[in-house]
Amino acid sequence: MRLSKSWIIAEKDFKTFRKRKNIIYTIIVVPLIVSFLLPIVIDYAGHKNGASGFPASEIITLLPAFTFFYLILAGMIPSTIASYSLVGEKVEKSLEPLLATPTTDSEILLGKGIAAFIPPIAAILGGATIFMVLMDLVTQDKLGYYFFPNWNAAIVLFLMVPLAAIMSVEWNVIVSSKVSDVRVAQQIGVLVMLPFAGIYVAGELNLIPLGVTNNLLIIAGILLVVDLLLLFVARATFRREEILTKWK
Amino acid sequence: MIETKNLTRKFGELTAVDSVSLRVEDGEVFGFLGPNGAGKTTTVRMLCCLISKTSGEARIGDYEIGNAADSLKIRKIIGLVPDNVGLYDTLSAYDNLDFYGKLYDCTEAQRKENIERFLKMLGLWEKKDVAAGTFSKGMKQKLAIARSLIHDPQILFMDEPTANLDPESSRTVRDFILDLKKEKRTIFLNTHNLDEAQRICDKIAILNTKLMAIGTTEELERSVSGRKTVIQLEQLSDAILAALKKLPVGNVAVDGNKLTIDVANPEKENAAIVEAIIRAGGHVQSVTVVGSSLEDAYLKLVREAK
Ligand SMILES: Nc1ncnc2c1ncn2[C@@H]1O[C@H](COP(=O)(O)OP(=O)(O)O)[C@@H](O)[C@H]1O
Ligand SMILES: [Mg+2]
Repeated sequence: MRLSKSWIIAEKDFKTFRKRKNIIYTIIVVPLIVSFLLPIVIDYAGHKNGASGFPASEIITLLPAFTFFYLILAGMIPSTIASYSLVGEKVEKSLEPLLATPTTDSEILLGKGIAAFIPPIAAILGGATIFMVLMDLVTQDKLGYYFFPNWNAAIVLFLMVPLAAIMSVEWNVIVSSKVSDVRVAQQIGVLVMLPFAGIYVAGELNLIPLGVTNNLLIIAGILLVVDLLLLFVARATFRREEILTKWK
Repeated sequence: MIETKNLTRKFGELTAVDSVSLRVEDGEVFGFLGPNGAGKTTTVRMLCCLISKTSGEARIGDYEIGNAADSLKIRKIIGLVPDNVGLYDTLSAYDNLDFYGKLYDCTEAQRKENIERFLKMLGLWEKKDVAAGTFSKGMKQKLAIARSLIHDPQILFMDEPTANLDPESSRTVRDFILDLKKEKRTIFLNTHNLDEAQRICDKIAILNTKLMAIGTTEELERSVSGRKTVIQLEQLSDAILAALKKLPVGNVAVDGNKLTIDVANPEKENAAIVEAIIRAGGHVQSVTVVGSSLEDAYLKLVREAK
């Protein structure tokens, strides 16, 4: 497998994304809104009715749960991109000439994966940085220390977020092989974020204490296993024979 | 050189391509002629290593179709114009080609040179920075052809490149194929248009799941069409009949002063026949060609198979 080939394909996809406003909005605007909104809400809600902000005990359970928003984004955004780029190729019927070049199926699949992975991850991590800085600014006087960065946030952002994004891409490769309408693909594709939303809710309800490092590592381990399983299925779906004779 | 031996592809119960054996020499324009559903696209896809064969053999040059190690090498030396152009609509004409050039490992200089050369040859150079999605059908087809040539392949597969084009664009595409032929490229041309095949191909194969016939246009006409030249004379004489015996023509039937002669290629042979009659002292009143043309023969072959 030659990474250079995959990168050529990813670069081509980046170029097509740039021509699509809704893709750019999804990649950049959504993480930015979340990153500014959450700290503002904390600040505003805490000082409502002349109160002096959330008590420290509440802040330290809210903030870890908030980082899980980024896990939800990691499920959602690559899904939108991947289904656009894969079903897009299908609708434009551009996979056949692409497959006729001296490029292997794995190289093409990886290229498509990179294209759907890198921009959202960059935007999510950028947004998360803004989120952490702003949160520190609005909670520092209450806590007496800067809550971020910390190990748990690092596990969420650098381990779980990429794993979730990979899962999202893989899931969408599989979905894209079955549908031929970008919007339908996106609607089904985005379902991949449901488990992450579930994790967030479970955290908020304290069913899974998300402040506990071990819990995070266990969830990351499960994501890894699911990623590997889905990789297997996605790879089997993305074979030239399948694409040209069975993809609808 | 492209060669197949009993090449077969099945889709479940359906046999799409049945035991096709053919050979295309280097530098030949090969017309692969058949109606819709004949198996042309399926054959080309097998030859381009896009789908697998069910049985039989096929080779391109020294490489074996179906051999995993050879398939990348084959794809390097061939170009494909698929039945659907498959361009990236949001990208410019230039970027569409440049992307493919990179996938074929062309250097930047090669890409620049070939993109300019082919876009100019096809009259698209002025539109190089325009998004391909805004192009007309004919322009898209030309761009897809330029794309298939970006790495300067010796062998080009074209899947019905003039289907659904207006006559003007079809003509440009045909002329361009003839230009490519001058460059000694081997062209495997799928078409359902007999006239097109006759006009630009050196050799034609008629496919209808099975290979029905193969040969040059003349060979096909001789073998399948069975045409006759009818000559009305003022007065038939033995001298005329004797003169005709010396010519390489088929059966000569006599009916009063009317001769009906079996000829493989009336366009070529009628002049010699008429000349021989005149030399023998005959007066020709009229010459007509009857019987089936290659077109009738083609339609007959195609119907027989159904
Ligand atoms: N992916 C496929 N699955 C099932 N049948 C197919 C598939 N592709 C082609 N066929 C069938 O194979 C036959 C040949 O098709 P094709 O090669 O596209 O013909 P042509 O290009 O000459 O029109 C047709 O009957 C077609 O329906
Ligand atoms: Mg076809």
